[in-house]
Amino acid sequence: MSDATFLEFVVFFSAAVMILGGAVGVITMKNPVHAALGLVLTLFGVAVQFVAMQAHFLAAVQVIVYAGAIVVLFLFVIMLLGVDESMDLSIEPIPIQRPLAAVMAVGLVGLVGAAIVRARDALIIAPGDGIATAADAGTHDANIKQLATNLYGDHVFAFQLTSVLLIVAVAGTVLLTRKWPKDVADTESSDA
Amino acid sequence: MSVYLREYLTVVWFGVAALAIGGLLLGLAALVRPSKPSYDKGIAYESGVDPVGIGWSQSQIRYYVFALLFVIFDVEAVFLFPWAANVERYGTFGLVVMLVFIVLLLDGLVYAWKRGLLRWV
Amino acid sequence: MLALDPILEGPLLWTPLFIIIGKVLFIFVVGLVATMFMVWYERKVVSGMQNRIGPNKAGPFGMLQTLADGIKSFFKEDLLPTRADRIVFRLAPFLAFVPAFLLWAVIPLGGDFSNGNDGTVTWFGHVTRVQLADPPVGILWVLAMSSIGVYGIMLAGWSSGSKYPLLGSVRASAQMISYEAALGLSLAAVLLSSGTLSTAGIVAGQNSLVDWNVISTGIVPFVIFLIAVTAELNRPPFDLVEAEQELVGGFNTEYSGIRFALFFLSEFMNVVTMSAIMVTLFLGGPQPLFDIPVIPGALEGTIWFLVKLFAFLYLFVWLRATLPRLRYDQLMDLGWKVLIPISLGWFLLLAALREFSPDGDAAESLRVVVISFVVAVIATGLFAAALKVSARNRAAANQPADNTGVTV
Repeated sequence: MSDATFLEFVVFFSAAVMILGGAVGVITMKNPVHAALGLVLTLFGVAVQFVAMQAHFLAAVQVIVYAGAIVVLFLFVIMLLGVDESMDLSIEPIPIQRPLAAVMAVGLVGLVGAAIVRARDALIIAPGDGIATAADAGTHDANIKQLATNLYGDHVFAFQLTSVLLIVAVAGTVLLTRKWPKDVADTESSDA
Repeated sequence: MSVYLREYLTVVWFGVAALAIGGLLLGLAALVRPSKPSYDKGIAYESGVDPVGIGWSQSQIRYYVFALLFVIFDVEAVFLFPWAANVERYGTFGLVVMLVFIVLLLDGLVYAWKRGLLRWV
Repeated sequence: MLALDPILEGPLLWTPLFIIIGKVLFIFVVGLVATMFMVWYERKVVSGMQNRIGPNKAGPFGMLQTLADGIKSFFKEDLLPTRADRIVFRLAPFLAFVPAFLLWAVIPLGGDFSNGNDGTVTWFGHVTRVQLADPPVGILWVLAMSSIGVYGIMLAGWSSGSKYPLLGSVRASAQMISYEAALGLSLAAVLLSSGTLSTAGIVAGQNSLVDWNVISTGIVPFVIFLIAVTAELNRPPFDLVEAEQELVGGFNTEYSGIRFALFFLSEFMNVVTMSAIMVTLFLGGPQPLFDIPVIPGALEGTIWFLVKLFAFLYLFVWLRATLPRLRYDQLMDLGWKVLIPISLGWFLLLAALREFSPDGDAAESLRVVVISFVVAVIATGLFAAALKVSARNRAAANQPADNTGVTV
């Protein structure tokens, strides 16, 4: 094993430890804020894996959107609820959720296992196959250019659907947060 | 071993150096600072009067609304970046595609605005 | 097209390794010294503007005041509130401090970019950049780090187990994420004109004054970015986070000693790094305005960089001394109803201009400026008119609403 592959192994291994450690933390921590921090650790580990695979843009987006926006949203929810340490976790609001979680977990493990078994042959990528990495193309921006070509060229319809999805999310936010009596909504429309 | 990975490792060293200097400062301070804990020092500071209730209080729903909207616009910004960096390659078609994307999201903003969601009461 | 830093190619030898270690240490020291300088500079300039003397005892012109304050904080007792969450309370200062430092890594601090050079310098027979790292997504690194910086503030307030810090931190994080959206959207305009996400590439693209992004994107994105950065940094007039009259001291009320000093340091370090990022994005980084004779090209870049940096640092202090604090509703209105729509509209305008006149020469830049100016004037007029109309409408609408007892 050469030095270079050894280093790659170290990077992969430490990122994997981050991901798994964070994930275990999310489900074992009693305090919701600690659990959210565990989630951040997991997301960072995934970003490191992306970097190791030369998907720089994806790594940056992983940190910006997931760690920077979505977990912040989770933390807002936790603060919003004013969750206290004294909260009793043994009370089950939905009695069926624990057995259901077990079934789901077994199913997920089966699915991932099947995917690994089936994809074992496909995973061996010959040099030159797969996406054009920045190092192959020799320029600095190859990764982003490749991504942009895919996104705005080949998959432009999916890209447009994303905007529909996002606007549905806005509408959902509006519906979720306030219920409007008819007369108040009218006065609100003149808001500056 | 990619050169890029090596570049990020340089940054990791930089981050480790930052962590180390923080730890060093704290460690040095731990050696020289006094430590005389008392009950009064441990209670929360509320301008000199005794704290009322528990520290973790509920905050307002308004903050959550803005966090939700932020997620949406953050995702939008992320979609803009690769397009902006390669704009020449898509021509008028690309421009129209982006126009539709942005206008749809601006619609969302205007809708939220109209329903008073952006209003900090 | 820019290649990556040449020193990282090829086998790992001792000399490049030492150069890299040297760079890490150098940029580290520059970061710390610049931060300590900024603390002193702010106090001195503000006191000048308020007709006071300011720090003048420690060292010449009181320049060692920051150091003295730092040493003092070593001897202060480290208080841990009884109700605090011990782990997160200890973690939070690092979450604020380390991202502030990591921002330095992608900023080109010097090098010869003039006349189309690619900004590399030769040290000890090795070609390298005056920049710690130049990842292909350098500018997204900036966004990522500033979004991690939110955690430090958020968790500091939460973990204190005290009301005012919690309020301060929720306020701060809502403010920071609101303006981060505007920040990202105005950044897209820069990418439009530079065509790359790497910081060195963005600097290399700003070859002459008309190519500086502040001009070639038509000033508006720069102004939006400046406002968004000021809010992101929680600097006045957006310092609602530590509005003393309302929140005691904000998110770091319960912190003392060195832990407080770490927050303080990271706050000022963010001011310096964000200024450096604005210089890089909009003012050409180390690009010279004119050629200084005698001084060699590489050093000249650093000098120009520092000159521009100082201009921004002064601007921040000036803003602090001049502007009153905004109310929270005004803050949110500015972020969501003004900055985000304008930056999106501007982005579309620039993209359309680019599409219909693809040759990006000097005349083109000037045309963009003229058109931008006209559009900005018209838009401001329309916006002011709209505000006036809606204020009148609301006043009219609220009148009956109050009578019927409907609370809005």
